[in-house]
Amino acid sequence: MRANEELTLDGNAVGGLLDEVFGADLTAAVGTCPDCGRRDALATLRAYTYAPGVVLRCPGCDGVQLVIVRTPRGLRHQLRSVIERR
Amino acid sequence: MNTLQWQIATITKITPETAKVKSFTLSLPGWIKHRAGQHYDLRLTAPDGYRAQRSYSIASAPERTGEIDLTIERVEDGEVSTFLHQVVVPGDRVEVRGPIGGYFVWDATTSGGPVLLVAGGSGVVPMMSMLRHRAAVGAKVPVRLLYSSRTYDDVIYREELASLATGGVEIFHTLTRSQPAGWTGYARRIDDTMLAEVSRPFGASALTFICGPTPLVESAATSLERASLRADRIKTERFGPTGT
Ligand SMILES: Cc1cc2nc3c(=O)[nH]c(=O)nc-3n(C[C@H](O)[C@H](O)[C@H](O)COP(=O)(O)OP(=O)(O)OC[C@H]3O[C@@H](n4cnc5c(N)ncnc54)[C@H](O)[C@@H]3O)c2cc1C
Ligand SMILES: [Zn+2]
Repeated sequence: MRANEELTLDGNAVGGLLDEVFGADLTAAVGTCPDCGRRDALATLRAYTYAPGVVLRCPGCDGVQLVIVRTPRGLRHQLRSVIERR
Repeated sequence: MNTLQWQIATITKITPETAKVKSFTLSLPGWIKHRAGQHYDLRLTAPDGYRAQRSYSIASAPERTGEIDLTIERVEDGEVSTFLHQVVVPGDRVEVRGPIGGYFVWDATTSGGPVLLVAGGSGVVPMMSMLRHRAAVGAKVPVRLLYSSRTYDDVIYREELASLATGGVEIFHTLTRSQPAGWTGYARRIDDTMLAEVSRPFGASALTFICGPTPLVESAATSLERASLRADRIKTERFGPTGT
């Protein structure tokens, strides 16, 4: 485990935020990691919540899959994985 | 009302569960039926506009209308949990949004089983919603709960869990720090042997939910995969450093 791993949450913790960004609770939606190809629910990603943003990383290869930042002009996000909504 | 909209809940009742844990009953003007395992986001706003937001699992059954219970452990120096424990009284209001979550959820009539629940500390809260839901709808799905607490007095919902352990529900406790005289349950941290013993009767395809402090969730999930449980049937939810 890396330093501070104890504090790490997972995608479940950001269900509300995902809903704000994508208009749906995507925790059960499946994402494919662009780096290692791992396919699993977004709830299984590691969530690093550094205010004012969140970084979701792949538990397989540690690659960044989604970054969400709250700015004074609203939420900004960068998505790297491919998400299949169900 | 949708799950994203913040609403003002009134705290109607506060029930001590253990020395460090209290349940809060929230009356919700925009109540929406939840799925067992879901959570609410709760936020506090200081007079100067500073905000703190945390997630809390729903403890009550979805079948209870108009209100929900949250069960919250007081974390040492914790901003939100300490405020809720030490300042809030019945009649006070807090802002919440929810229910949230589509992954760590269980429906007694559609999700199937048998169901293996593994919890540490306050990680038992979403499991309690599942067990209360199962009882409320009279489901027969076999459920086994393995629940780790520090001491006997730290066991949340101790009496209700004992009364729920009937008709296909079995509860296994482990006490990691100290045990009362005559204790017959487990007396160590959750490990491979314990998980193998508790999961064995359900076989490799048990629908498994693991929740609690992040290190416990990680190690229990790894152990169960070593015990050849199907990884795609194991669902996890990490609470961070909280708890045991
Ligand atoms: C989806 C989800 C559901 C949750 N459901 C529940 C629930 O039902 N009940 C519940 O009680 N909690 C639950 N939690 C945890 C909850 O959201 C908060 O993290 C918890 O209440 C602590 O918040 P706080 O503001 O009191 O502490 P903070 O102010 O966030 O933390 C205080 C300080 O203590 C540190 N800290 C916290 N815990 C420990 C520890 N054990 N050891 C050492 N340092 C520590 C933190 O790093 C921080 O520096 C849930 C979390 C998630 C993600
Ligand atoms: Zn990856």
